[in-house]
Amino acid sequence: MITSSEILETLHMIENEHLDVRTVTMGISLFDCCDPDPKVACRKIVDKICSKAEHLVSTGEQIEKEFGIPIINKRISVTPMAMIAAASKTEDYTCFAKAMQEAADRCGVNFIGGFSALVHKGFTDSDRKLIRSLPQALTETQNVCSSINVASTKAGINMDAVGMMGHTIKDLAYLTRDQGSIGCAKLVVFANVPEDNPFMAGAFHGVGEGECVINVGVSGPGVVKTALEKCDGDLSDVAETIKKTAFKITRMGQLVASEASRRLNVPFGIVDLSLAPTPAIGDSVAHILEEMGLEQCGAHGTTAALALLNDAVKKGGVMASSHVGGLSGAFIPVSEDAGMIRAAENGVLTLDKLEAMTAVCSVGLDMIAVPGDTSADILSAIIADEISIGVVNTKTTAVRIIPAYGKSVGDHVEFGGLLGTAPVMPVRNVSPAAFIARGGRIPAPMQSLKN
Amino acid sequence: MRAIITVTGKDAVGIIAQVSASCTEANANIEDITQKVFDDLFVMVMLVSIDGLSMKFTEFVDRMTELGKINGLAIHTVHEEIFNAMHRI
Repeated sequence: MITSSEILETLHMIENEHLDVRTVTMGISLFDCCDPDPKVACRKIVDKICSKAEHLVSTGEQIEKEFGIPIINKRISVTPMAMIAAASKTEDYTCFAKAMQEAADRCGVNFIGGFSALVHKGFTDSDRKLIRSLPQALTETQNVCSSINVASTKAGINMDAVGMMGHTIKDLAYLTRDQGSIGCAKLVVFANVPEDNPFMAGAFHGVGEGECVINVGVSGPGVVKTALEKCDGDLSDVAETIKKTAFKITRMGQLVASEASRRLNVPFGIVDLSLAPTPAIGDSVAHILEEMGLEQCGAHGTTAALALLNDAVKKGGVMASSHVGGLSGAFIPVSEDAGMIRAAENGVLTLDKLEAMTAVCSVGLDMIAVPGDTSADILSAIIADEISIGVVNTKTTAVRIIPAYGKSVGDHVEFGGLLGTAPVMPVRNVSPAAFIARGGRIPAPMQSLKN
Repeated sequence: MRAIITVTGKDAVGIIAQVSASCTEANANIEDITQKVFDDLFVMVMLVSIDGLSMKFTEFVDRMTELGKINGLAIHTVHEEIFNAMHRI
């Protein structure tokens, strides 16, 4: 029998510490939607998504109510669109993004991911068309997310793709200038992208996945911070406390994942063990690091604290779930984390420190606003730096950067909702143009030769 | 299947009676009650069987929440599994 104190502890986590399941994401294969006629392909895409995800939102809401655990987002990910659209005779892929938007609207989800291309070794013609269509496609849709994988430990870095992405991000920032260049918040550039990630903007349904799958992303920075408030031991005790808390959080995610899978009659894929912050007070990863003893996130020691946190979250979570995958680790999206926003405003948290932090946690330079006049070459070079960390360390890294049109250092960009507020951070304006212009491929590192 | 009902709020006459009456109305069988009053704060944890529920579980949840609102109490009704998942291996 569960004790009263255990029951009240769980309810307290949900009521006061923002414990929630961040996302239930349905992955849907679109391989059977290819068609030479883009209009036919788009119709097939909308029909397939709607038939599979028809009950996703209502089922999620039912689970929320019965189990008393909030499920913040219900989302959909699909096969990388460059693969599906390849069969269609068209140069402009915007229509495919619009089809994804229509399906998202009809299913009632708040994001749909998979307007994506995997170009880590090279481009197909379709990949190029998708990347060229990206600025328009993400401007003309609201809830479609895109990801481009430009590198992997096995293949090295496609620097031509890195170069293209700098220009794509600039164009997207310009086209969505009236909304704080928000288009860039829906585009992630990856190295070693996971194919089962439930979190946006990087979610897509990988080519090795089945027909349809349910992946769940947990959260709970507030719960970890509260647990640490009561821990006055050394760092071994801190790690132990985080592990126990992560275990509890992940068990919730596993329960919701199993229930959603059972009720929707769709196989369960993975639980993503992530600490995903929101701009809400008490839901910040930065505040966890500060609770460990740093005056402010970004101080010397931040990378070590984050390494401890990231490792303990995984160790605690892995036993709580039957299948773990996705990004699994602490997220550090600047605009979505109240503590990081403040640290960046104070100049304590810089782009360089964030880059170092990404070597020890999941994802990478995430939701970072830089001045609107930052050149495409500099954006590409920032991407190249971040991507190399992932490639050499055999981990996922990513860049979601917003060169906020018309804004300069000291300004803020308001995105609203979960995307939060981004203080514009300075970049070095020394030119990497000649390096980026060389293009080609950075060879795969020795770490790739494991056979 | 069983559900846990938690009731917290300012102590008053008849809280248990009202919650129990709502359970009876929905045909939820009360299996266990733990209840205490700290100073003026009423806290109760109730375990009920929902196998013979005369309505949908989600409707029962709404009714209990509403009962709480009317009486200035916080009433949460959730499946027992969530606590088992979190606290038992």
